[in-house]
Amino acid sequence: MLRFFVGRLLQSIPVIFIVITATFFLVRAAPGGPFDAEKTLSPEVIERLNERYNLDAPMYEQYFDYLGHLAQGDFGPSFRYTNRTVTEMIYAGLPITFELAIYAIMIALVIGIFAGMLAAIKPNSAQDYIPMSLAMTGICMPSFLLGPLLVLVFGIWLQWLPVSGWGYSPGDKILPAITLGSTYAAYIARLTRGGMLEILSQDYIRTAKAKGLPMATIIIRHALRGGLSPVVAFLGPAIAGLLAGSFVVETIFQIPGLGRFYVQAAFNRDYTMILGTTILLSCLIVLLNMLSDLLAVWLNPRLALSNEKN
Amino acid sequence: MSLLTVNHLSIDFTTRDGTVSAVSDVSFTVDKGETLGIVGESGSGKSVSCYSLLGLIPMPPGHIKNGTAIFDGIDLLQANEKTMRQIRGKRISMIFQDPMTSLNPYMRVGQQIIEPLLQHSNMSKTAAKEKAIALLEEVGISDAANRFQQYPHEFSGGMRQRVVIAMALITEPELLIADEPTTALDVTIQAQILELIHELQQRRNIAVIFISHDLDVIKRMADRTIVMEKGHIVEQGNTQAIFDAPTQAYTQKLIASIPNSAKPEAYRFTGDQDSHFLTLNNISIAYGNKKNLFKAVDNVSLTVKQGEILGLVGESGCGKTSLSHSIVRLVDIQQGEICLQQDALEKLSIAELKGKALKATRKDIQMIFQDPYASLNPRMTVFNTLAEPLRLHGLASNAEDIKNKVLTLMQDVGLEARWANKYPHEFSGGQRQRIAIARALAVEPKLIIADEPVSALDVTIQAQILSLLLKLCQERQLTMIFISHDLAVVRYIADRTAVMNQGKIVEINDTESLYQNPSDPYTKSLLAARV
Repeated sequence: MLRFFVGRLLQSIPVIFIVITATFFLVRAAPGGPFDAEKTLSPEVIERLNERYNLDAPMYEQYFDYLGHLAQGDFGPSFRYTNRTVTEMIYAGLPITFELAIYAIMIALVIGIFAGMLAAIKPNSAQDYIPMSLAMTGICMPSFLLGPLLVLVFGIWLQWLPVSGWGYSPGDKILPAITLGSTYAAYIARLTRGGMLEILSQDYIRTAKAKGLPMATIIIRHALRGGLSPVVAFLGPAIAGLLAGSFVVETIFQIPGLGRFYVQAAFNRDYTMILGTTILLSCLIVLLNMLSDLLAVWLNPRLALSNEKN
Repeated sequence: MSLLTVNHLSIDFTTRDGTVSAVSDVSFTVDKGETLGIVGESGSGKSVSCYSLLGLIPMPPGHIKNGTAIFDGIDLLQANEKTMRQIRGKRISMIFQDPMTSLNPYMRVGQQIIEPLLQHSNMSKTAAKEKAIALLEEVGISDAANRFQQYPHEFSGGMRQRVVIAMALITEPELLIADEPTTALDVTIQAQILELIHELQQRRNIAVIFISHDLDVIKRMADRTIVMEKGHIVEQGNTQAIFDAPTQAYTQKLIASIPNSAKPEAYRFTGDQDSHFLTLNNISIAYGNKKNLFKAVDNVSLTVKQGEILGLVGESGCGKTSLSHSIVRLVDIQQGEICLQQDALEKLSIAELKGKALKATRKDIQMIFQDPYASLNPRMTVFNTLAEPLRLHGLASNAEDIKNKVLTLMQDVGLEARWANKYPHEFSGGQRQRIAIARALAVEPKLIIADEPVSALDVTIQAQILSLLLKLCQERQLTMIFISHDLAVVRYIADRTAVMNQGKIVEINDTESLYQNPSDPYTKSLLAARV
């Protein structure tokens, strides 16, 4: 198990290195620069800015310079927000985005697994069709449509919940979490249904029935562990996707999370900010995928065996 | 009074094509301590009738139309779910066919064994564990305390079936239903498991319903036997009496189909004793990496004579399939030489062939696989399946020629010409194997490798396919390597037989000599394990 973990960790180093390099050159290759603005700055000012941020140096020098700082954990200064470093901004935004993603994935797991199980227990009945058509709707509905709809119904018509903000008034975290989580709930419901249906048709479920176990025990003890393995495999990429995709929800609900900084940085050509957030997110994606693989091994003892063999 | 009395049981299944009667008007009794054998071919309703007793058939599409099954005063077919749960796994237990799939791979075996005990009694976990470990030792699993903590994939097939048996017996049931409990196992393991079931039954005086398609197994295990065909009971009575003097035509046909004789005189090899049609010289095949090398075939040498049928016998994992695949280059050999004689002087080294020469040689060697359900492309009609190799190897000049050749082939293997545009799923297992044989013959090969070609077939169909193969080999002067785990089948078809064990050929001899005077201890144990 440890060898498997270390092996995966070593494999991820080149992946992250490639991400850093590709991002570094791609953002510089894109047209425009960090100091383009509606009000054109005088050439002298731009020259001095370029000098200050080392942008007048040759590309390869900038690259190695950046790598050197990065190795010391320094993401560099933001090109847009003077006097603020990228590290500071990530510190401010990441916990909020993380909290949002955790709530969203919890909502997605609870609703998704429950709906998928209901559907799998009685396939091709109302108990299957209703949650599954809802799930289909959930997958099709983009968050920029669902978010405003929820705001309209619960925030404006019913006035049950605040329409925006994060931690300013009680209950303002509910709507963003639901908006972000619903698509994933739908995916998880479909994965759970598929996984459970496959497991429930296995011979060992018949064995469990022949032992005289009640249906609930059979499902919880014998079917769930195997039935959820597709969900577990999906979980790593899903959380990573939640983090990266949170900017729409953060924009709708005016949440000062990392996602908003990320999008703004792209618009602003804030090179260091783009690089910093991209590196952070790619590390998270690699890490979460690894965790979901580990979880899969823990759930399925046969995988541990094949890993030991390799 | 009988322990179980089944009366006029009828079960229907609703399918797309209407209602199919799976079991009709089946009545039987089981007494305390006796073994009732139910024998029949696939689709005879033997499993369905027993599954219905425990409410294990899915409803719908299943539907119990009629009948009662009285077990200790309770009608199993009418009882509610709660009553049934108290009977299932406590008073009536089951052993299923495939121990690879009937245990939960995600759960430690110990957990699975004590589960029925915890469900049906107030026993503490520690006490249940103690009982389970004692029982595991009783069914022949050594080091039971440690094995208790392991997962099913850490057990071999035979050991898993022992676990399944322990699981079924832990609640001390009055009736045990065993559905083909040894069909998925090798012969030597089968013999051990049958012995174990018999012993446990004697010791505990439980009633057993033993379901099998294998007449030899039923003959050995059952006190009384029921013969089923297409959902009906054809004949029932004392096992000895049924096997000695079957009264019904179907039973007679079944018993006559069991291969238990030497190869028919008319089909025996009469060719050149010194020919070297196919020569394998010291070949080795290994899988895995350097650290974890598994030698599937270990330094095997073998000569096949032109026109003979060579039987290759061994248990699962002995390397017989790897060996045969190396001859058609489906796997590469690490060492050695495989030579196919073209004519008196020329020899081809199969392992070195490439490109066109390889394709030409592939034409000369064809395979017939075990599972006719899986080895035919479900999206191709019989006609296309048979025409494809003809086109591929340029064996027919035009469409008319292809059509004639395909129809002749179909006729040769006993398929009607009007079936040419049907798809594989429209055929029965035996007919599909005929299609597979026709496909192999289409390119007029010199050597046929048949890998367990009759193992998936019912015994009456098996007899038909075996005589078809004998006839075709003689008519077309084919050489054949016939691979099987079934000793009786090999004895019936092969001129010479090679016995493989752990990657080596331990004995090779004329079939009759080998069966009558085995010299190698492994061959002896294989033959002794026959039921």
